[in-house]
Amino acid sequence: MTEPAAATRTLVIQREMPHPPEKIWRALTQGPLIKEWLMDNDFQPVVGHGFNFRSTPMPKWDGVIDGEVLVVEPNKKLSYTWNALGLESVVVWTLIATNGGTLVRMEQSGFRPDQEANYQGANYGWQKFIAGLEQVLAGLD
Amino acid sequence: MEAASDVVFRTLADPTRRAIFESLVRDGEQTVRALTDRAGVSQPAVSKHLAVLKSAGLVRDRPEGRSVHYSAEPKGLAPLIDWMSLYGAFWRDRFARLEDLLERMDP
Repeated sequence: MTEPAAATRTLVIQREMPHPPEKIWRALTQGPLIKEWLMDNDFQPVVGHGFNFRSTPMPKWDGVIDGEVLVVEPNKKLSYTWNALGLESVVVWTLIATNGGTLVRMEQSGFRPDQEANYQGANYGWQKFIAGLEQVLAGLD
Repeated sequence: MEAASDVVFRTLADPTRRAIFESLVRDGEQTVRALTDRAGVSQPAVSKHLAVLKSAGLVRDRPEGRSVHYSAEPKGLAPLIDWMSLYGAFWRDRFARLEDLLERMDP
């Protein structure tokens, strides 16, 4: 990552869940379970595996999020890229066993498309982003 | 931040205006006449849309001789790309679903 720090933004969501890490790991890594809480997918917990998360297609956006598995440390850490609508980002899941269960931490870091470098060669994604934005926002509410 | 994104959002909510903006994004700098040829609306209407886009910071203009060339202003989109709120809402919802699923799963 050679972009200046100002170019990146990170979102962190952390929650303690009353379940063991092994169980949460299954929910994070097994396709049929991922589909239940996140999106339809062809995910496999194998480093280098390219996959799609598929949400409902919208006008001018096929609803597909492209990803590649970066890190697989069973029951501890899972990371993959998350590219959609011209936004490139990385998602990192960290599981930490606690007395009552597991601390689940999700961190998503991405690049802001107003950075010049990210725009170059990314015009198509940018257009899709603009066109799909309203529908995306509506879908997230 | 909220107010700025509202302006950009409202500006791009109009399909004709969004099409003009997308045309500038896709094909680069253009004159009002060139944009009118594509837009399927009158030149005054296109000019009006361009004025709204400009006041929202989404396009910039460059006079040259008798004509004015318009181009997209990527930075104007920044308020829209409030990434954190977009994905924040998304992930909070998905975390709730994940917890719901965990309750239903075998131990």
